[in-house]
Amino acid sequence: MATFLLRRLGLMVITLWILSLIVFFAGQILPGDPARATLGNLAAPSAVKALDAELGVNRPLLTRYLSWIGGLLHGNLGTSYEFRTAVEPFVRAALINSIKLALLAFVIVVPLAIIGGVIAALYAGRGVDRIISVAGLALSTVPEFVSGVVLIVIFGVELKVLPVTASAGANASDFEQFRHLILPAIPLVLVLFGYIARMARAGTIEALNSDYTRTAILKGLPRRTVIRRHVLRNSLLPTITVIATQTGYLIGGLVVVETLFNYQGLGNLIFQAAVHKDFAMLEAGVLIIGVVYMLATLIADLLLTLLNPRLRLGGAE
Amino acid sequence: MSGLLQPPAEPDVPQPVERVEHLGMTTGYLGATASAAVAVASRATPAAWRLLLRGPAFWVGAAILLFWVVCAIFGHLFAPYSPLAQNLLLPSAAPSGAHWFGTDPLGRDVLSRVITGSRDILIITPLATILGTILGTILGLAMGYFGGTFDLIAGRIVEAFLALPIVIIAFLFIVALGPSTGTLITVIGLVFTPLIARTVRSAAQVERQQDYVAASRLFGESPVRVMFGEILPNVMPAILVEFTVRLGYAIFTIATLSFLGFGITPPTPDWGADIYANYINLLPGYWWQTLFPALAIASLVIAVILIADSIEQVLAS
Repeated sequence: MATFLLRRLGLMVITLWILSLIVFFAGQILPGDPARATLGNLAAPSAVKALDAELGVNRPLLTRYLSWIGGLLHGNLGTSYEFRTAVEPFVRAALINSIKLALLAFVIVVPLAIIGGVIAALYAGRGVDRIISVAGLALSTVPEFVSGVVLIVIFGVELKVLPVTASAGANASDFEQFRHLILPAIPLVLVLFGYIARMARAGTIEALNSDYTRTAILKGLPRRTVIRRHVLRNSLLPTITVIATQTGYLIGGLVVVETLFNYQGLGNLIFQAAVHKDFAMLEAGVLIIGVVYMLATLIADLLLTLLNPRLRLGGAE
Repeated sequence: MSGLLQPPAEPDVPQPVERVEHLGMTTGYLGATASAAVAVASRATPAAWRLLLRGPAFWVGAAILLFWVVCAIFGHLFAPYSPLAQNLLLPSAAPSGAHWFGTDPLGRDVLSRVITGSRDILIITPLATILGTILGTILGLAMGYFGGTFDLIAGRIVEAFLALPIVIIAFLFIVALGPSTGTLITVIGLVFTPLIARTVRSAAQVERQQDYVAASRLFGESPVRVMFGEILPNVMPAILVEFTVRLGYAIFTIATLSFLGFGITPPTPDWGADIYANYINLLPGYWWQTLFPALAIASLVIAVILIADSIEQVLAS
């Protein structure tokens, strides 16, 4: 178990390092001078030059990378080009907002998708299964802003039952905030549903075809008990990993949903940073996404190992 | 999911993550097809293709797709108005006999823009997916065939990319290179490469254990010949399924990029860009300007997914 953990952590550090390279150099090839973008076209060349020096963007690439990564290791995410203050408070606030929205989406989608996938598996090959599978796959490829627009038209414009912006304002009650997050969460739910349901279905079918399920049936256990005690316990394990890996997707979806519903989250932050060429903000935001994604997969693997005795014992050797 | 990207197990070393690797084979960002594709590999027979023509889902999907292809090629001939013709006397008019889908804030006919807006997305989607499939196949075959250090290093890089949402990687590159049809094709092709590589890799790894691969190696065939002459034909069904599903996700990605303003640039009619330009007008109630392009995107992805799913069903039967 300890070896497994160390190995995973080691690989994670390497991947994060590669990620930092990608993020940094992708940020550097963005065209446009950040000082010029901040000061505008009318600024004097000397002022642009001074700001370039202040931001440190006139130094050689390698020096900049080393000072950036050095700062990261000390917990310093950098200074925003646009706002000229530390990036960290912006990223923190945006991350918290995004987590609220993502959590709501997960809380809705996970039970729904697991139930859907298990039902599809129990009726594999029949009409119910085909409907759940094809509808799920189709929903997962309809972009969030498309379903978002349809939802806004139905619930916000025609029925007028739900607010169409995600931000409830600073003084709103928790319930009011929650109400504002319902519509934005649904497009995320729709995209995630097909994917998680597909995995739950595959896991359940594998468990249904296993020897232990056959034994359980042959020894005369009622079908309900077999499914609950033998099939579901085994089939839902891989689904946990799938759910964790979807955090990466989820943040991509957040860019779109947060733009459409005007919500100050991490996706919106990255999008705005890219539009305004605020590389420091962009790099910090993208790197945070990578870290969140990798932590989520790590936790999922640990959970899987803890829940599955075969893996636990295997790892102890 | 890093379990997937482990080097092949040495027989004498306990590999606690092996079971995770198996369970996690299908996990990852929008990559639902890996296990299904591997499972169906090398089972299809030519006769089975006749089954494809019997499924109603296939015909519905093909009919919708054909409709949009006709619109893309001949749309400008039968669209009731020019998609660019402004009528400032009739801004944001509701759907009527003269304008079935209403008009946008510049008085342009929404129906005409929906019909002609299919062109760019239908050019970019297949080209980008083909590019990604070719590059991903080469990378995946090499990773699966050589294994070892190469697989480990390539695997880290693939995983670093997978940790970031596709949409974010794509718009970083598009901001850097400037939006154009060529850039969109290249960028989407490149961001799909790791996803396709992962599927091909797991399929190739299965094939590598087969006797025919050992036999051709003993004959002294070069690695390139073994990979492309022996393994590739056997993993083709997996690649085909992956390709058709990726087509759906390519539409998803292109539409999303257009919506964020990184895709096809106005005034060229485009569904995603038109939704971005007009979604602000949802609140005053001008729903037709966004709803109809949204439904167009939804119908196109659903058509592609119906076809993809039918092909997968045939290969699995």
